[in-house]
Amino acid sequence: MTDQALDTPRREPAILRALKSIALMRESVVGMIGFALVLFWVLVAIFADFLAPYLPNAQDVTMIYAAPGSVASNGGTYLLGADDLGRDILSRIIHGARRVLTYAPLATFCAYLVGVPMGLAAGYRRGWIDDVLSFIANIILSFPVLVLYVIVISTFGASAVNIVIAVTFASAPGIFRIVRGLTLDLRTREYVFAAETRGESPWYIMLVEILPNARGPLIVDVCLRVGYVIITIGVLGFLGLGLPPPDPDWGGMINETRSMAMIFPWMAVFPCIAISSLVLGFNLLADGLREVSLRD
Amino acid sequence: MATHGTDTDGPILECRNLSLSYFTRAGEIPAVVDFNLTLGPGESVGLVGESGCGKSTVALGIMRYMGHNGGIVGGQVIYKGTDLATLGEEEIRQLRGNEISMVYQEPMASLNPSMTLGKQLMEVPLYHEQVSEREAYDRAHSILGDVKIPDPERVMTSYPHQVSGGQQQRVVIAMALLSNPSLLLLDEPTTALDVTVEAGIIELIRELSGKFNTSMIYISHNLGLILATCDRVNVMYSGVVVEEGSVGEVFDHMRHPYTKGLFSAIPLPGADKTTHPLVPIRGQLPLPHERPPGCYFGPRCDFFQAGRCDQTTTLGTIEMFSVEGEAGHQVRCLRWDDIDWEAYQPEGLAGETLERGKEVLAVKDMRKYYELRDNSIAAMITGKRVRYIKANESISFKAHECETVAIVGESGCGKSTFAKVLMGLETATAGEVIFNGQDIANLPVQKRSPEQIGSMQMVFQNPFDTLNPSHSVGAQLARVIRKFGVESDKHKVEQRVMELLDLVKLPRDFARRRPRQLSGGQKQRVGIARAFAGNPAMVVADEPVSALDVSVQAAVTGLLMDIQRTYRTTLLFISHDLSLVRYLADRVVVMYLGSIMEQGATDEVFAPPYHPYTEALLSAVPIADTSIEKKRIILEGSLPSVLDPPKGCPFNTRCPRHRGTICETERPPQVEFSSGHVIACHIPRDELEAMEPVIIQVKKDRPAAQ
Repeated sequence: MTDQALDTPRREPAILRALKSIALMRESVVGMIGFALVLFWVLVAIFADFLAPYLPNAQDVTMIYAAPGSVASNGGTYLLGADDLGRDILSRIIHGARRVLTYAPLATFCAYLVGVPMGLAAGYRRGWIDDVLSFIANIILSFPVLVLYVIVISTFGASAVNIVIAVTFASAPGIFRIVRGLTLDLRTREYVFAAETRGESPWYIMLVEILPNARGPLIVDVCLRVGYVIITIGVLGFLGLGLPPPDPDWGGMINETRSMAMIFPWMAVFPCIAISSLVLGFNLLADGLREVSLRD
Repeated sequence: MATHGTDTDGPILECRNLSLSYFTRAGEIPAVVDFNLTLGPGESVGLVGESGCGKSTVALGIMRYMGHNGGIVGGQVIYKGTDLATLGEEEIRQLRGNEISMVYQEPMASLNPSMTLGKQLMEVPLYHEQVSEREAYDRAHSILGDVKIPDPERVMTSYPHQVSGGQQQRVVIAMALLSNPSLLLLDEPTTALDVTVEAGIIELIRELSGKFNTSMIYISHNLGLILATCDRVNVMYSGVVVEEGSVGEVFDHMRHPYTKGLFSAIPLPGADKTTHPLVPIRGQLPLPHERPPGCYFGPRCDFFQAGRCDQTTTLGTIEMFSVEGEAGHQVRCLRWDDIDWEAYQPEGLAGETLERGKEVLAVKDMRKYYELRDNSIAAMITGKRVRYIKANESISFKAHECETVAIVGESGCGKSTFAKVLMGLETATAGEVIFNGQDIANLPVQKRSPEQIGSMQMVFQNPFDTLNPSHSVGAQLARVIRKFGVESDKHKVEQRVMELLDLVKLPRDFARRRPRQLSGGQKQRVGIARAFAGNPAMVVADEPVSALDVSVQAAVTGLLMDIQRTYRTTLLFISHDLSLVRYLADRVVVMYLGSIMEQGATDEVFAPPYHPYTEALLSAVPIADTSIEKKRIILEGSLPSVLDPPKGCPFNTRCPRHRGTICETERPPQVEFSSGHVIACHIPRDELEAMEPVIIQVKKDRPAAQ
């Protein structure tokens, strides 16, 4: 052992370590299915411009309510049919993936940004901070979420930012509770005690000593929560409170075609399948992660 | 199961060449290899070994309870003439809990928290023998009397959390005995209990095996407990029995180098840190799939002969040899007959005695009360809205440079609270704590200077908890170095991290490792390195080795003393292990319910005159030496609640030398017997001085194995 080797503590690059943990997922069949579904939609979203046969908002009057597989006058095929304005449903779903996979993770991230510090503070400091924060969280959680969304968005208007704010507001209490519970357990560990005895600041202890050790359950929760947020965004779209038209939004697509869905079911069915498969993907991924993390 | 009951002439249990394995994604893991055991009626056999040696697996294998991924891969378990492998699931279920019972380590985990203890006890005869409710109640009631529970009626109607840990374990044992089993498996039944409570349970187990004529398998890592409870002993190492024989043969004439190593590593009364130091076993227990060829102990053995001891055999390891002239004494060592034990002088961790230096710590009449607000209506009416938990009451003692002061006491005695006050996590309610000339009693850690914090650090108990699993060893040490202002330059910090790793004798590349890649002993070494990062004047060690295996304990204790010698550090050693305290402490402070009962130099505390509590503690400590006889003092009752401590002397409710009303009304005086040796007791001085020693050496010297 030379001193030379010690001056540069080598660690595997973060990307390599992330890949290794994904490789661990091979152990779980369920997790791999979930991972494949999510990866599929991510790739679709990234390469939407190449994959979509038409522009998402391009209308073709001749193709209104066209059935799946109809051939347009210019020779193109509408694989999943067309909607009430003659727009290609496949192209709209492909471009919709881009929106949903932007705003759902963003909203989840914002919810974590609020929920994690509050949960850490409540769990670590306890006392009145915990009482106040838990009380607020309980009030929000006791409110019907949907009503909350309707109030927030109809007050501030339907926009991407407002959707993110509304979702953050409704999800943060749940995250707060999880983090608080984990912190209550982790704060009794001796390494936390050791940090206290050397006079570390509370935020150092919360962020450096406690939070990294809570990451296992939180990663699982992120996957589940992104799935729920996708549903939420879909529901908001369906209620007409979603992302503003004309850009495609899966929930909005179902809403726009609701009245004709009995006659032309493909307009509603395919966006529904898109939502379900993506949410299912995230749920299975969460299950797989949990399964893998519980082993050994 | 009538067929099993009739056949009582032969052995109760026989294990023949039993091999048990677990199957994981890494492949087959042989947990136990070639295990043989014959257990006659009323006999008790001990299984002793360090963690991971397979002793618990044996018990689970006998019960056929190894879960879906484990099982018997070779050999037989024969219970009263029936091969258990031939029984169906339903038959084996009938056997468990009826013919074969098991007592586990954690009583709280064995009892159902939502059912009264009486109901749980009654279930056993109700389920196994279909008796009437009335009879089940009577039997449950009488068995509680058999396990020495003073008030069976109350315990029958209590839930598990309403009785003390010792009583919980007594109920578990009662439950195991209710069906009058032929075989009782006890897996570390006292490890979770305090030493005085443990002594009571051990006494009970010894009595019961005679009374019920039950055969017992007693599993423990503690050689002293095996000596107290068993006729025969099997010493296990890495999945195999390395030595088997009667307790006398194995303890006095051991043949296997591992058994010898175990006895050299534990602090027996003859051990002394300067003349007869402990000898750790070098190296580590091999993982089950990384066992060496031939003898599994080979790489750690001082008598290892290449080419002979590492030869592969069909068995996978070495076979058992019978020791001539000693029937039933078997040893798994090729060289059992040609090792010259007389000439064997293993190198211990000796060191010269050190002159103690200046006074470092002086605690003067320190009190720590916790306030408890009672908001109930009853409290409002009576006006007693605030109650106090007296965690520390009038603590006074001194510690000098280079001195080791041990604080001894059972759980709830206030030693952890005292450590918190020292470290500044709590402030004292009254009194002074003078450390290096400054009063720190009311100085919380946030208000202490980095030098003050760095000069008093702590080593923690649980090696699996002491390091943050998310950060590398090097990063954690570096943080401490920066925090204490020892170094700030990146390269110098790294240099200092390396020095610290050298200090605790760990390879330097451990800096890059994560805690989970380290063994328990290695983690504890890092914990020690962390405590010494700021060149501390004093280190508080809270049970630093109690969670470690015997062989590792010796190494970590040796290291701690070694560093102490180099840096002339004051060591405040908090422990419940009196054997270890006797071995390494210079002064001892005995605490009970927040008060100091006795303090003095180690020799003075361990010899008469004693405080009655010290006497009971000393009597309770299991000692793995056949030449030692102890006076038997079993404490009655359980530890009083700190919320409602007894008036007068805190120990009066359990004291075997109770003097009447004076003990219940007045706090005992501090009587000084010699300079620094103080006992707080009402018993007159001459009576205390006339006490007999608790521990008596019967034979002169432990004869070495021939």
